[in-house]
Amino acid sequence: MSRHYTSDHEWIDVDGDGATVGITDYAQGQLGDIVFVEVPDEGREVAKGGEAAVVESVKAASDVYAPVSGTVTQGNPALVDDPSLVNSDPEGEGWFFKLRLTHPSELEGLMDEAAYKEFVSGL
Amino acid sequence: MSDHVIDEPTEAPETPAIETLPLDAWHRDRGARMVEFAGYHMPIQYDGIMAEHLWVRESAGLFDVSHMGQLRIEGEGADAALEALLPGDIKGLGTNRIRYSLLLAEDGGILDDLMVTRLPGGDLYVVVNGATKYEDLGYLREHLPDDITINHMDEHALVAVQGPKAVDAVERLVPGVADLVFMTAGAFAWNGVALWVSRSGYTGEDGYEISVPADAVQGFADALANQPEVKPIGLGARDSLRLEAGLPLYGHDLDPETTPVAADLGFALSKRRREEGGFMGAERILGEREHGSALKRVGLIVEGRQPVREGASVVDASGETIGRVTSGGFAPSVGQPIAMAYVPAALAVPGTNLSLSQRGKLHQAQIVPMPFVAHRYIRRGASK
Repeated sequence: MSRHYTSDHEWIDVDGDGATVGITDYAQGQLGDIVFVEVPDEGREVAKGGEAAVVESVKAASDVYAPVSGTVTQGNPALVDDPSLVNSDPEGEGWFFKLRLTHPSELEGLMDEAAYKEFVSGL
Repeated sequence: MSDHVIDEPTEAPETPAIETLPLDAWHRDRGARMVEFAGYHMPIQYDGIMAEHLWVRESAGLFDVSHMGQLRIEGEGADAALEALLPGDIKGLGTNRIRYSLLLAEDGGILDDLMVTRLPGGDLYVVVNGATKYEDLGYLREHLPDDITINHMDEHALVAVQGPKAVDAVERLVPGVADLVFMTAGAFAWNGVALWVSRSGYTGEDGYEISVPADAVQGFADALANQPEVKPIGLGARDSLRLEAGLPLYGHDLDPETTPVAADLGFALSKRRREEGGFMGAERILGEREHGSALKRVGLIVEGRQPVREGASVVDASGETIGRVTSGGFAPSVGQPIAMAYVPAALAVPGTNLSLSQRGKLHQAQIVPMPFVAHRYIRRGASK
């Protein structure tokens, strides 16, 4: 399994042709208290860089983009009842959706953990 | 592609620089996240908006509102002169009494909302919004007679302490303030520093707004924040608190396109003034009071968990836009999203169901009476 990051602060864990997507700890910290998450339905096709989910904090709404193209296999049902999971465990239980990759080669353009850390430290 | 921001040389000297307020370093030392607001760096949050909001509702929050404009209007007949611009009874305002009023344009549109206090000796102390203070000053100077002077008290900071335990914390430092009641004010001192203390605020809670000389405000803020009841609170929670309290925010729920009647601020039209008229836009405003305005400001509870925010449309069954949301967000004390909107006056009745359109999605909402959270002002007698 490998983890990649985007410059829009999404993370993606890849295992074979399946993957799990969420937003980073840095992103949840910037958003503040999260009060609502809209995750994509199973079967939805998402394109790399396209809007895939919505996350709303007390003060603002933000789009979450698909790090790579694929077919959604599951949205995280736990976030409907408890959106604050994104604050408390952003890179674990607070994942947004799972997908089946259609173009695995798209992963090549993403950052690894060290590169993402350096990217964030420069913000 | 790079997302670097290109630093262009500043060639537009008229672009105002973002200014720094007296408590800037104080906020940063306490971990505030600072944002630009009304031309100043201001703290948006410390621990998180939700926790800060709930802390104010149960204890006391310290807000820095030094960006707001504090004016002292002096001269014989200043009250009568101000009445030409405001619909409130200023002449009848007793010493140390505060009144909420509105600065009106010639067509009756709202240029700002403000607080007017009668100072001992007769001068008026006026607090206006930060984002509009320079326009307000220009408008007042243009319309007030030359023998009325306006002193912009920009050497004074303004802090607010709000919440049910504000009285305990402030009384400990400034004995006597517990005797004030809502919408009254007085001169007090702390450590030899002269304070002007108003029992007022904009959170729906009991509390104080305190004008402090800028060179003493850091020490005073330290003394307040050292009280066990008090935590510093950012502008984010100030906004969610005032929304729950049903209080309109200038630049969002109030603007030059709205009138006091549409904004449901009829209480700001004092009885004598309604009878006599003689203020900016009086004909239109009194006509609207008689016959109604086209639109009216209402409060909405939004179904579900997703906040509906400023800019969303109110739509009818056929999808036509009939109104607009002017404030909205998740209400921490209510536990669900709430909003303020302007809707056709005929629909502005509690219990009416409406649809709101935001980013291509429809949300159901119901008009409810405001405030969403009951006010807890101390209207008479001491609190104990």
